[in-house]
Amino acid sequence: MAQAAGTTRRVRNMEAIQRRYGQTHRQDNWQQEPLLIILGLGAFAVYTTISALLGDYWPFEAGIDPATGHATYLSPYFEPLFRFEGLPKWFSPAIWILWAPLSFRTTCYYYRRSYYRAFFRSPPGCAVAEPAQTYTGETNFPLVLQNLHRYAMYVAIVFPIFLFYGAFKSFWFGGHIGGEFGIGVGSIILTINAVLLTLYTIGCHSFRHFVAGGLNQFTASPFRMVRRRLWEIFTIANENHRRWAWISMIFVGVADLYVHLVAGGIITDLNTWSQF
Amino acid sequence: MPTAHLRVWRGEDDGDYYEYDVEYGEGMVVLDVVHLLQAHQAPDFAVRWNCKAGKCGSCSAEVNGQPRLMCMTRMNTFIPGETITIAPLKTYPLIRDLVTDVSYNYEIAQTIPELKPRPREADGTHRMGQVDIDRGQEFRKCIECFLCMDVCHVIRDHEENKREFAGPRFFISLANVAMHPLDTNPQSALLDPAFGLSYCNITKCCTEVCPEGIHITDNGIIPMKERSIDRWDPLRKIFGGSR
Repeated sequence: MAQAAGTTRRVRNMEAIQRRYGQTHRQDNWQQEPLLIILGLGAFAVYTTISALLGDYWPFEAGIDPATGHATYLSPYFEPLFRFEGLPKWFSPAIWILWAPLSFRTTCYYYRRSYYRAFFRSPPGCAVAEPAQTYTGETNFPLVLQNLHRYAMYVAIVFPIFLFYGAFKSFWFGGHIGGEFGIGVGSIILTINAVLLTLYTIGCHSFRHFVAGGLNQFTASPFRMVRRRLWEIFTIANENHRRWAWISMIFVGVADLYVHLVAGGIITDLNTWSQF
Repeated sequence: MPTAHLRVWRGEDDGDYYEYDVEYGEGMVVLDVVHLLQAHQAPDFAVRWNCKAGKCGSCSAEVNGQPRLMCMTRMNTFIPGETITIAPLKTYPLIRDLVTDVSYNYEIAQTIPELKPRPREADGTHRMGQVDIDRGQEFRKCIECFLCMDVCHVIRDHEENKREFAGPRFFISLANVAMHPLDTNPQSALLDPAFGLSYCNITKCCTEVCPEGIHITDNGIIPMKERSIDRWDPLRKIFGGSR
């Protein structure tokens, strides 16, 4: 059996009793995750702000039917498209839309975990000392407003319907359902985008709770058992909420960029239509 | 035989880290090596342990900064020659070496509302659907190692919050009662502000360190936060609220 080998050495180290920011004995690369989150969320925030606020200064509709003036592809940042007469050109139509999905993501339990760690350093990593001297969590304003996630969910849950409708329209030239049917790379991208955003949305913790998470007695009625079955299905999406959060966030940005590039003539969309 | 280079906390609050070289055998875990240290070099070394099977929750410590059960941390997971730092749990008052005073947890446990089952049925039984009781099985896996409490920054970095905040282990206790199909105790659903649920910013460190793999945040804390919000949500009334 093994036995002790020799050396015993005293090491002065007061770290255990002097807590300071970042103090930890962790030897793994715990800084990597918050750094990636900062880069990922930061890049998305900057790109989305630019794309959304540019509005009509950066075309967001592609494959426009000259007969009707309607587009085949509409960027998901502008879906559904609201245009009101009399508004200045600098007022982007995305402003009517993006507040809903962005407030949904901002108050999302997964994103909270991410940006509390990465941006607020609260904590910067598990078992890593945080910089703040006091901490009240989500008990006070403004962070108590995170509880509005429930209401953000109620609004955001309808957006996949709009996105699927937009994706469906993208299979018809000029978005004219019943007109010239076809398929293009943009149609596929907008469809995948709708699927990914749906997977992210139905995996929401608040939605899972809304469906049946608040029930204790599933067996009390057949309706409750149906709700429980749905709860089980949405739990599968919930277990992968982080994955869908990142994939759908990156992909919606890619979809938006693709439509912009096609609309601007920078790239050509491969499609079955002869007119664009 | 390989040699482990240990860096171990010795003493009380005014103690220090000491370095030891300990030869160990194949297949050993950190707790085995600590026992070798105790047997051959430091007979007065204080370490709390019991089952050596990851089920009693006694040998909790911070191994290379990660809250872990020493009996479930295999030596072959470390790089050969790597210095392995073993420290006591930082959230609790230190008694000596690796032994901390976790009685704080037992004080909180006494405040947790108890299950108040609904009246028995006519035949004297309490019937529950299996699917109803299944949900809480996960919570009852807790071995009370208190690693989740140790890693929780709400109390780890802010001692003053211990007065207000029950902590992840006890949110699981509360969820176990509040989600029980027989429970009628109105106290079990009142998590905020009584148990400080809103202090939790769901950074999920508790879930990451749980040796039983309990989804503390996703299945316990967040659903309880959602239940706390229900009282402000008129739509919940349409769907019958909780329970």
